[in-house]
Amino acid sequence: MAADEINAAGGINGRQVQLIHEDDQGEPGKAATVVAKLINQDQVRALIGEVASSNSIAAAPNAQEAKVPMISPSSTNPKVTQIGDYIFRVCFIDPFQGEVMAKFAVNTLKAKKAAILFDSNSDYSKGLVQFFKASFTKLGGTIVAEKAYAQRDRDFTGQLTAIRDTTQDVIYVPGYYQEVGVIAKQTKQLGIKAPLLGGDGWDSPQLWDLGGDALNGNYISNHYSVDDPTPVIQDFVKRYKAKYNGTAPDAIAALGFDATMVMADAIKRAGGTECVALRNAIAQTANYKGITGVITLNSERNAVKPAVVLELKDKKFVYKETINPD
Amino acid sequence: MLSFVKRVLVTLVILAVLYALNLVMSKQGLFGFGVPLYQVDLWKMAGINIILAVSLNLINGFTGQFSIGHIGFMAIGAYSSTFATVYYTQGLERWLAGVVGGDIAAAVAFTLVILVGALAAAIAGLVVGIPSLRLRGDYLAIATLGFAEIIRIIIVNTNKVGGATGFRGCVDAANGTTCIDESMGRLTIPAYTNFFWIGLFAVITIVIIYNIVNSDAGRALISIREDELAAQAMGVNTTRYKVTSFVISSAFAGVAGALYGHWRLPHPNDFTFVRSFEIIIMIVLGGMGSITGSILGALVITFLPEVLRQLPGGVYDYRLVIYALLLIIIMITRPQGVFGGREFGLSWLKRARRLPEGTAAVGASKGVPVAESAARPEKDVEN
Amino acid sequence: MDTFVQQLINGLNIGAIYALIALGYTMVYGILRLINFAHGDIYMVGAFAGYFIAIKTGMAGPSWMGLIVVLLGSMAVAALVGMAIERFAYRPVRKYARMTTLITAIGVSLLLENLFVALFGGQGRGFPQLLQDDAYRLFGNAAISKSQILIFVVSIALMVLLQWIIFKTKVGTAMRAVSFNLNSAKLMGINTNAIITFTFALGSALAAAGGVLTAQYSPTIDPLMGITTGLKAFVAAVLGGIGNIPGAVLGGLLIGVAETMVVGYGGSIGIASTYRDAVAFAILILVLLLRPSGILGTTVQEKV
Repeated sequence: MAADEINAAGGINGRQVQLIHEDDQGEPGKAATVVAKLINQDQVRALIGEVASSNSIAAAPNAQEAKVPMISPSSTNPKVTQIGDYIFRVCFIDPFQGEVMAKFAVNTLKAKKAAILFDSNSDYSKGLVQFFKASFTKLGGTIVAEKAYAQRDRDFTGQLTAIRDTTQDVIYVPGYYQEVGVIAKQTKQLGIKAPLLGGDGWDSPQLWDLGGDALNGNYISNHYSVDDPTPVIQDFVKRYKAKYNGTAPDAIAALGFDATMVMADAIKRAGGTECVALRNAIAQTANYKGITGVITLNSERNAVKPAVVLELKDKKFVYKETINPD
Repeated sequence: MLSFVKRVLVTLVILAVLYALNLVMSKQGLFGFGVPLYQVDLWKMAGINIILAVSLNLINGFTGQFSIGHIGFMAIGAYSSTFATVYYTQGLERWLAGVVGGDIAAAVAFTLVILVGALAAAIAGLVVGIPSLRLRGDYLAIATLGFAEIIRIIIVNTNKVGGATGFRGCVDAANGTTCIDESMGRLTIPAYTNFFWIGLFAVITIVIIYNIVNSDAGRALISIREDELAAQAMGVNTTRYKVTSFVISSAFAGVAGALYGHWRLPHPNDFTFVRSFEIIIMIVLGGMGSITGSILGALVITFLPEVLRQLPGGVYDYRLVIYALLLIIIMITRPQGVFGGREFGLSWLKRARRLPEGTAAVGASKGVPVAESAARPEKDVEN
Repeated sequence: MDTFVQQLINGLNIGAIYALIALGYTMVYGILRLINFAHGDIYMVGAFAGYFIAIKTGMAGPSWMGLIVVLLGSMAVAALVGMAIERFAYRPVRKYARMTTLITAIGVSLLLENLFVALFGGQGRGFPQLLQDDAYRLFGNAAISKSQILIFVVSIALMVLLQWIIFKTKVGTAMRAVSFNLNSAKLMGINTNAIITFTFALGSALAAAGGVLTAQYSPTIDPLMGITTGLKAFVAAVLGGIGNIPGAVLGGLLIGVAETMVVGYGGSIGIASTYRDAVAFAILILVLLLRPSGILGTTVQEKV
């Protein structure tokens, strides 16, 4: 959508944008291959991707070596931008995200004990757990249980029953929506009362199909809220729905849009797509007013932005509060 | 004497060709002639698949033991060799670099870890093979599948090799994060593998397996495939032959794994049983008793997706469906694959080529000499 | 104590599903000596059939009627798919070597999985709620949910039905005869092809029921959901004695409970809950090494 709007508005510096997309089926090995193909065969000058941190980490070395600037819309694992100075992101990173939920749990929910149920197949999930634990204990809380599951698992009653054995105020579940939906359901089935806390991996319209009403009363940290009444955001939501058959944009969609726009803006400022100039222009992005917040890229090429905490209620993510970076 | 000189010459020629190809495939190219990175990757994968297919054929095709857990041994080779590289060979390589220079040091270190990978996979083959090879066809297949999955799940749960998110370098086992500095191990896995190494080992694999198959041992293996009870009755120590060929086959899978691990970082998702099935499709396509068949099968399965990608209409998305259909149709119409039990066109090398004895009429084969079998203890002949 | 009971309930629940699928494996193996690798994918086909039936007939809301329609409908669809597979993929290779038939089965399995991925995408879909989900307190913290009760009730009913078919009807007797010795049965005048087809239909229907019931309980379905579950169900069949029907049920329940116990209690002895899938395979290896005929199976001597 971003590309279409850019082209409709006359392109960047008078030239049209062509978007080529490839699917790596979520496999890190394929992510590397796909990026190699895009760079070598399709001769792309810039990359937007990947969504999941594991795949970005696999793909980035190819981009870095070929000096093709890459902006990840939503990979939050710190390792991604550490790969090289041609790799950027427009989202916050997990150390911040883990901290956000810990702060929310302690300050707003007054939680003292937390259990953790995480996805052991995912860098993203493991990273968040690490940072949540550090923040939560620093703020005086204790972790009473830590259980893991594998991606694509469908039954979590074993882990949840063991968690139920301990007492907890909250359960941190920093996984992806496919499993979280079922986890929420089974949590309610087992009579567990503690609210579930999660991260942006929960954000998907499909979450409601999978979890239904069991999701009510849980919270997540996220990049933006689709219900945010700010005019800029609502306008974006309207345009998106019009273009894509009424589907509402989730955080990944909004971030994807922002990543593309930031890239376009950098191309405009650099006056072209020459790799070094483009890279520098991206690095200098400051106070760019995106859909997901004001984007400024710091010296580590990460975006410094606040996170929002959203409550899950009646199939909507309802805005609860904003937590700013220190 | 003459044939020895000829062999040395052939070896040198092959090495030179591989070296030249490698230069072509690398970034600088050879005399300005290079191959795009994307295609190089395909050729590298083809080489690795050749090693996997030919080694699997030894146990499935020539010995007739249906193993569908081959990828487990590749995983062991990949992880054990990269484990050695990350945690153990840093010091050695550095010291060697001071003595003979960086390139040779790297080559020595790499050879060493490849051997480690092969050895680890061979040991695993022994552990898996001894109990499993007692079992009949279907049960053996499921047992090998089970072992391969257990191997993969253990890897997923081992933090020191990166666990579920793949092995990228030294891991601080205490809290599961990357090591802070190089004192505990290398922070990244050096990409030793290039086309030269893959090509070299592909050639080695083919030569060794070919020699095994065309030796007395090979005939014993084929006799086991044709009729195990009869072979036993004839005095062939079937258990020993089965286990040995299983171990050799696993060792080569380990080599493939070591090569793969130092190119694409090892990740458990690359070693699922679906990959085992891919290798099976390769040898089935080419013909299960044929080495050239396995090579052909490996090449087809490596390059077919790319060919399909070029076709219009989103055929590429259906490529896995096409493979599955291909497999079923081959099984229904021509289960012996393209080459059946024979090899392709080596007769033009003007060497007297011997067909695997299994395709000859019963009276024509020599079998195992009677005198030897009389000396064998009774326990080989079972009910 | 209540936690133990809870884990037991959870385990028996998963076990019942494995049992339903294992029955299909064991019946087909008993008759054809073929490991129907594609059987796990029939389970998936059943779940998807249920999904589309629910959506197309508009019965997606919670209702008993909807549940019955979806269940029976998916079982019928899966039975047809099973019969088609037997007719077009397995019958032509029945006379060939064992390895050939096994490879064909692998091919069919890959075909089903990738066809569904290509047609419907690899992403999970939410299965509609056909049952108003509720949990009933038993004692202490132990609870059992409506969908869990449903799984127990339906699977027990189906197993009883299967027993009745096999032991009290003519078709069942014919099935048993064919599993004893195919050629003798043919000589006795039994239409073995029809019996084989019927067996496939029966097994597939059971697997589909398992698929729909699981989808009620954990409502994400995706084209690859049958792989691991199918393998574990096969292990269950082997554990109980392949070819033995009560054995399949026993094996399924045992594997379900073992898996859940490892996940729930394994942490205290250093086995992470992510070893859950390895439990079934470890059991498989042990069975094959120690007692390949399974718990209730009988050893068959191989004659020269």
